[in-house]
Amino acid sequence: MTDISMNKSAPVAKGRQIPDRLTSGWKRGLKSWEALLLVVAVAIFIFNSFASPYFLDPWSLSDASFNFTEKAMIAFAMALLIIAGDIDLSVASIMALVSTVMGVAMGLGASTPVLVFLGLGTGLLCGAFNGVLVAGMGLPSIVVTIGTMSLFRGISYIVLGDGAFTGYPADFAFFGQGYVWWVITFELVLFALFAVLFGLLLHGTSFGRMVYAIGNNATAARFSGIRVNRVRFILFLLTGVMSAIAAICLTSRLGSTRPSIAQGFELEVVTMVVLGGVSILGGSGSIPGVVLAALIMGLLTFGLGLLNVPGIVMSIIIGALLIGVIALPRLWKMVRR
Amino acid sequence: MQADTSAAGGTPVLRLSGITKSFPGVRALNGVGLELFPGQVTALIGENGAGKSTIVKILTGIYQPDEGVIQVNGRETRFPTAQAAGEAGVTAIHQETVLFDELTVAENIFIGHAPRGRFGLIDTRRMENEARRLLASIGADLDPRQRLRELGIASKHLVAIARALSIDAQVVIMDEPTAALSHKEIHELYELVEKLKAQGKAILFISHKFDEIFRIADRWTVFRDGQYVGAGLMSEVDEARLVQLMVGREVDQIYPKRHAEIGAPVLTVAGYSHPTEFDDIGFTLHRGEILGFYGLVGAGRSEVMQALFGITRPSKGACRVDGQVMVLRSTAEAVNAGIVYVPEDRGRQGAVKGLPIFQNVTLPSLNRTSRSGFLRLAEEFAMARDYTQRLDLRAASLDQDIGLLSGGNQQKVVIAKWLATKPRIIILDEPTKGIDIGSKAAVHDFMSELAAEGLAVIMVSSEIPEVLGMSDRVIVMREGRIAAEFTGDQMTPENLVRAAAGIEGAAA
Repeated sequence: MTDISMNKSAPVAKGRQIPDRLTSGWKRGLKSWEALLLVVAVAIFIFNSFASPYFLDPWSLSDASFNFTEKAMIAFAMALLIIAGDIDLSVASIMALVSTVMGVAMGLGASTPVLVFLGLGTGLLCGAFNGVLVAGMGLPSIVVTIGTMSLFRGISYIVLGDGAFTGYPADFAFFGQGYVWWVITFELVLFALFAVLFGLLLHGTSFGRMVYAIGNNATAARFSGIRVNRVRFILFLLTGVMSAIAAICLTSRLGSTRPSIAQGFELEVVTMVVLGGVSILGGSGSIPGVVLAALIMGLLTFGLGLLNVPGIVMSIIIGALLIGVIALPRLWKMVRR
Repeated sequence: MQADTSAAGGTPVLRLSGITKSFPGVRALNGVGLELFPGQVTALIGENGAGKSTIVKILTGIYQPDEGVIQVNGRETRFPTAQAAGEAGVTAIHQETVLFDELTVAENIFIGHAPRGRFGLIDTRRMENEARRLLASIGADLDPRQRLRELGIASKHLVAIARALSIDAQVVIMDEPTAALSHKEIHELYELVEKLKAQGKAILFISHKFDEIFRIADRWTVFRDGQYVGAGLMSEVDEARLVQLMVGREVDQIYPKRHAEIGAPVLTVAGYSHPTEFDDIGFTLHRGEILGFYGLVGAGRSEVMQALFGITRPSKGACRVDGQVMVLRSTAEAVNAGIVYVPEDRGRQGAVKGLPIFQNVTLPSLNRTSRSGFLRLAEEFAMARDYTQRLDLRAASLDQDIGLLSGGNQQKVVIAKWLATKPRIIILDEPTKGIDIGSKAAVHDFMSELAAEGLAVIMVSSEIPEVLGMSDRVIVMREGRIAAEFTGDQMTPENLVRAAAGIEGAAA
């Protein structure tokens, strides 16, 4: 990143030179929300390693990564959606429906590639359904996706009732249980891959720029020649597909499908996105922030688990975290002034 | 209430003197005066932006004047709140009257001062009887128990008037009351005004329509650019004189209009129509030309321009760019066709606040500053630097949030954004509204330069000096239609105002 750069080749017009930037990139980085998250992540890591002798074991850390990998994959897409000013609360229900569709197909004898294909297709369709209602018909996303949250999971309940699908093919287990190298799981690799891809998409492409523009002022974005509803539709598709990928991993890891699969994930995903510094009102946020937030939530859950903190207390802590992070940025802004 | 209702005048119920009101960057009113007499209708006349709305807001306690005196029945008073104005007997019926759709007619009439029964509860029966009596007194045949939602606009006006009477108002302000009414309803409103006059109310009537002013007003007051111009009796004045007073200023600003070679037609619009906003719009725009669009607020000018920019779709008609028929379904298609639009509502439609200046500039040109979808920051800065400099932008850095700039500088960024797309046709909607004088000159200067470079420019403006100073040709719109077109010597303030207001004999 350049500091104050004066371009000498620019045609000398009547106006005065305006510098590109006043503060350099790393100076800003130091004061950013992401820097604070990094400090918190390191602090939790250090605290955990003192609190429990089992924490630093590579295998248990590897196990712990499942606490966040699936949710984080959805959180990347959700971050873009929230930055653009929308939200998708149906992601966990999309996961349930995707898992159910795969379960039915498995019952009919489908092979692993077919299962994956059907799963991704289901996620895409669910995303398209949300997208048509929100971007196509102009309905508010929060209402639409609360509706489809019940709808998608409702279908799973109708299909499965009290039952469950078990007996997925042996090679299907790789997605959620496989290791790529040593303690590095396939899910962790996917997580890292999508972190990079979504980071590039949001911060490095014109599509990402449009997402920010829409989130800050959708009307002005439209008046700037941006196909606002097309971008919003694509974001719902992306969220649907990422939910499907998360569902494939989770189903593979559990080895079974129940209609209650991934129940409550949507809140943890949104918490992760907001903790990552994405404004719930849209317009700002970053993928590195979401990555750090995913790590923090994973380390926190794992650490609390090692300390034998009961699940109910854990959900209280997650709830407090969500409220805390919505209040904190405001405090943070006051401090920065 | 004053006993004196003689047509000759007597003492004013309400007198304003030396009223001054400033907003950041604008002086909306500068030492104006106004007198209202019992039993008489005073018409307040002026162009858009003359300060009529501001004076209404001061009279109804919404704004506080910076200086000046308000007297009611000769006693000096102040209206710190809307309620205080109401208690002093001043009430207003706005263009879009503030009423409550979900409440009944009677509840609307008595909201805030309903008759109370035992335990402080509202005495519904008494309220409805009172409402019936009030409605009957103005000849309105409405059921007090009906919900307002079920009524038409004209009936809502009647409810608003009944409300005014229920607080025993001495002064009734009618701000363009006929704007949304049908012919028959207007007629009924005139009768009602006569009734109110007979009851000794002082009426302030704001309208752009000269025929109705001459029909019902007894007195006139003219404002221009926030200044008091004159007042008198309607019987002693004619249309020509009022028009002259409204616009009759010397063009006190030098407009940097340069000579530009008017070239071949670029844009041809024919039969453009919209179900509600405009009808049968047709015109041709040439290279190097600045075409002015003048009209009253609500004449449909912005709506036509937004249809050309792909925001709304016309129901009929065709638009050709260089002879090729264009169907503009989205703003992206309009930009591709070389048509760009600088909107009037800068805050909502122009600037993307929250994004830095350079990102605002490159927003419609991202396909040129990126390679296969990936952004090139260096190219973005180069583009932003180039165009903002040409417009003489004042900013700390290009990385600064556009929301931190003044209105005029935001406007420069919005114009820079469009120039960077290398358009063929640029539409500027009220380009200098609400911006400081320095930026105004920069925008005018630049407009001239663009035309000289061969761009075709459409300028929508409600400021007569600007329209006359900058345009090669002026189209006047009225009520969604093209009312007249003027060139050369025909481009006079009087002609524009007459055509915009629909005064006979304006055809030239």
